[in-house]
Amino acid sequence: MKRLLVLLVVAWLAGPPASHAQSPEAAKALADLVVDDADKREAARDAIRQIERWGLLVRTVETVFQGASLASILLLMALGLAIVFGLMGVINMAHGELMALGAYSTFVVQNVFRARWPQHFDAYFVVALPVSFMVAALVGVVLERGVIRRLYGRPLETLLLTWGASLIIQQALRLYFGAANVDVSSPTWLSGGFALMTGLRLPFNRLFIIGLASVSVAAMYWLLFRTDTGLRIRAVTQNRSMSSCLGVRAGWVDATTFALGAGLAGLAGCALTQIGNVGPSLGQNYIVDSFMVVVTGGVGKLLGTILAAAGIGGLNKGIEPALGAVFAKVAILIAVILFLQRRPAGLFATRGRGAEA
Amino acid sequence: MAATFTRRDFLKGSLAAGAGVATVGSLAFPSIITAQGKEPVKIGVLHSLSGTMAISEVSLRDVVLMAVEEINAKGGVMGRKIQPVVVDPASNWDLFAEKAKQLLLQDKVSVVFGCWTSVSRKSVLPVFENNNGLLFYPVQYEGEECSKNVFYTGACPNQQLIPGAEYLMSKEGGSYKKFYLLGTDYVFPRTANKILRAFLLAKGVPKENIEEEYTPFSHQDYQTIVGKIKRFSSGGGACVLSTINGDSNVPFYKEFANQGLRSENAPIMAYSVAEDELRGMDTSALVGHLAAWNYFQSVESPANTKFVKAFKEYAKKTNLPGGDKRVTDDPMEAAYFGVHIWKQAAEKAKSVEVDAVRKAVYGQTFAAPVGTIKMHEYNQHTYRPVLIGEILKDGQFKIISRTKGNVEPEPWSKYTSPDKGCDWINHQGTYQKKA
Repeated sequence: MKRLLVLLVVAWLAGPPASHAQSPEAAKALADLVVDDADKREAARDAIRQIERWGLLVRTVETVFQGASLASILLLMALGLAIVFGLMGVINMAHGELMALGAYSTFVVQNVFRARWPQHFDAYFVVALPVSFMVAALVGVVLERGVIRRLYGRPLETLLLTWGASLIIQQALRLYFGAANVDVSSPTWLSGGFALMTGLRLPFNRLFIIGLASVSVAAMYWLLFRTDTGLRIRAVTQNRSMSSCLGVRAGWVDATTFALGAGLAGLAGCALTQIGNVGPSLGQNYIVDSFMVVVTGGVGKLLGTILAAAGIGGLNKGIEPALGAVFAKVAILIAVILFLQRRPAGLFATRGRGAEA
Repeated sequence: MAATFTRRDFLKGSLAAGAGVATVGSLAFPSIITAQGKEPVKIGVLHSLSGTMAISEVSLRDVVLMAVEEINAKGGVMGRKIQPVVVDPASNWDLFAEKAKQLLLQDKVSVVFGCWTSVSRKSVLPVFENNNGLLFYPVQYEGEECSKNVFYTGACPNQQLIPGAEYLMSKEGGSYKKFYLLGTDYVFPRTANKILRAFLLAKGVPKENIEEEYTPFSHQDYQTIVGKIKRFSSGGGACVLSTINGDSNVPFYKEFANQGLRSENAPIMAYSVAEDELRGMDTSALVGHLAAWNYFQSVESPANTKFVKAFKEYAKKTNLPGGDKRVTDDPMEAAYFGVHIWKQAAEKAKSVEVDAVRKAVYGQTFAAPVGTIKMHEYNQHTYRPVLIGEILKDGQFKIISRTKGNVEPEPWSKYTSPDKGCDWINHQGTYQKKA
């Protein structure tokens, strides 16, 4: 590990090789070169070493960035679920469909901009972010106040209920927008990438998602641990009847928490339009990964969710170059199963009175 | 004891009656078929109308029904109207076999038009072979199959895969030397890449210049793979041969563009991206990349202009979603001329009976939208031209290369199975070629 670091620093200091000589082919061609002069041979050897070191540096930075990008996507998807599942104990199978709602809201906002203000088209995404949050949060409140609140403390029934809700939302999207995927164009400021170093370009959409995930997490921490609302949410989570006795309106807190979780799902859906597809079954593609992150992290702990997202994302991208996409996925699932065998409660287990509730 | 009619008696009675009806039915059936009466001819349409494959297969149902309407408007088949029986196998491979059985045994259809994925075709194959049914299969596929109960109107490997790679190797295509074979992990891409690899090796491409990689269905994260392609192509002269299917294409092309790769230095030749798939995509990242097919909507010919116009009008008239914004593509053209080929063959055979029709199909020609196509004389497949197109911003293709005439179909690729052939006239199916 230490040697690798030293190697990387050396590579960084040496700088990139000339732009026409970055490829493994160039190194190979140099190696094949028959040189009689000892000095020249030494120079060729140095050049090869430089190319190889630079390649290693690029690959390392690239893999770290890819891991961070996947982790931020997982985190964004799982954050809303972590709040609803972790704090309220509701297994929300409709989480994926709330993301789909966010994605479709983005699509609608894009179309409005395209029709009304084509000259400001690039700004649509800035508007789409809060709109998708609001739409999903609103549907979340309707769901919670309408049906879920009647089933608190009955996780199995809630699971079935939210699953039913997910099917309804999915079919509604299909009926209204059609079964085919819809196209969401990236604004120009999210297309292309930032050339970090020779041979490596970081896509803007991925940088943006990393930023959005960080901001969401920071906002969540601030809300939960620095505001009165957060205090009430935590109080109800720990002891519902006692908080009610002390004058906290538990029902109102439930609605807020659920809306928050749903809104975060909408936000994730909005961000995902920049890297994936938008279709009625969008939610199903993400729900399994979201649950995997939350369960691995440990239910009820935000920090666990963050670490689990980072771990799964990093591990996935770390082994994918060697194993390929199919087996990387398999390996991740096996790793998660083995981990949960050893620690059924996840990374951070909830202890104390809250654990039994 | 007629007054006490027990349940058991009832069952016995109805069983007997049922058997009676069945006997009468089976006796009467052939006479109905051969009679030149006015009973409609039933045909089956077996395409998924729900589930993951619905996006692609619904269009095939639409175009088959349009062809039926055209034929009926001109008096039908031998004076009999065609009556389509549409079923929905719902992208479920087991249901495909069940629905095929229902079409053949209950509805007693004369022919079935259907299937998209190879796995669905493989699942209905035994049903058609055991009951001597007839299936027209309209999608390009991996070959290595030769059933007398199926007519394959889509491309064989040598009519799409090989010409696509050949084009990129040619001078006009850019003389590419390194090939990245990328596909979704299932039977078509795996077999396609096996054939492509054998072809490239046979053409003298060294092994280290060929990479092969697969991703799961609806894979979204192409960071690692695009990074690999970038390194692979950094020395120049590299291209991608893509059999990525379905909606994974959008994230792949997007990542490709965002990491700074361009079609000028590393073009992607796609084998599974057609006009109909491009409808739901933001095409900006795809512009300039290539695709190999046997038909494009942009083919310039009076027959194609008529076909495209007819389909848009049909879509509008029958209130299909998308209306006159709908597009046509290769599998749709193949499904469309399949219906017409069957009709011509039935008229030539003066019967809709499977064995008679099959013999009449061999060598049948039809003025399809892309040009005159011809059914093979003995191997169940179709002579078609090969076209290379460049993706444009509006989701259409600019045709940049086209074979002079039709290319003969080879269900067994000469690169992977040089010893095998398919012949239903002299050899009863797949046979060993003499060295």
